[in-house]
Amino acid sequence: MDYTVNGETIAADEEGYITNLGDWSQDLAGVIAEAEDITMDDERWEVVNFLRDYYDEYQIAPAVRVLIKALKKTMGPEKGNNKYMYELFPYGPAKQACKIAGLPKPTGCV
Amino acid sequence: MTTKKFLYVNRKAPYGTIYALESLEVVLIGAAFEQDVSVAFLDDGVFQLTKGQDTGGIGVKNFSPTFRALGDYDVTKLYVERESLEERGLTEADLQEVTYEDEDDDWAEKPSIRIISRAEMADVMADQDVVLSF
Repeated sequence: MDYTVNGETIAADEEGYITNLGDWSQDLAGVIAEAEDITMDDERWEVVNFLRDYYDEYQIAPAVRVLIKALKKTMGPEKGNNKYMYELFPYGPAKQACKIAGLPKPTGCV
Repeated sequence: MTTKKFLYVNRKAPYGTIYALESLEVVLIGAAFEQDVSVAFLDDGVFQLTKGQDTGGIGVKNFSPTFRALGDYDVTKLYVERESLEERGLTEADLQEVTYEDEDDDWAEKPSIRIISRAEMADVMADQDVVLSF
C-alpha cells in the first residue's frame, strides 16, 4: 500500500508502514493520517514527535506502556494515560501513531 | 501471577549472527510480562555493550542505542563478566553508559551495568528460575 505525496510515490508494506524510514516528511504524515481517518492536531503531533525523538535516540519504537509512562512524566497524568492515548489514536497509539511517525511497527506489537 | 527470575545470557558478538539482536528483542517483548529480568554479557557478548559502534561498513542497523532504552522497560540489571572483558583487552570505560531511573528513589538516575567476576556470575545464574542463552 503505497502513498502519494506531492506527486511522489512512497513505498509502504501491506499494513501501511513505510518501507524506507528516510522517506518520512510532515506532508507524508498528513497523508498517512488521512488514510487512517485521523486529523492531525497539536495533541497528535506531540505524540508523533515524541515517538520520532524516541526512535532517534534508542532505535526502537517504544511499547505502549513505555510511551504512556514517558508522556506521564513529561506532560503530566492528564495526557499520560491509556484513555487519552486511545482518544487520539483509536486503533492504538503503537499501531497508528508509529505508522504516522514513519517508524516500524513496535517490537512485540501484533 | 507469581514473578519469576529470568536471565538472558549473551555470549556472541553483536553483528555477524542474529543472536544478539534476537536476544534484545526477546528481552523487550518479555518485559511486558512484568517478570524479574536480568541480562548477562560474557565471552564475546561483552562486545554488545561497547560504545562508539559504527555499522556503516556492513550495512546493518546499529542497535546498540537500544540497550539504553532497557531502563524504560524496567530491565535494570545488566551483568558483565570482568574476566571476559579482560580477556578481550576491554575495561568498563570501553562500554557505553546505561542508566535507569529508580522509581522508589525519586527517579534518581542509576547505572544498570554491573561488572562482576566469573564466580559472581555463576551465583547470579544459580539464583534464576529461567535462564535463556543466546
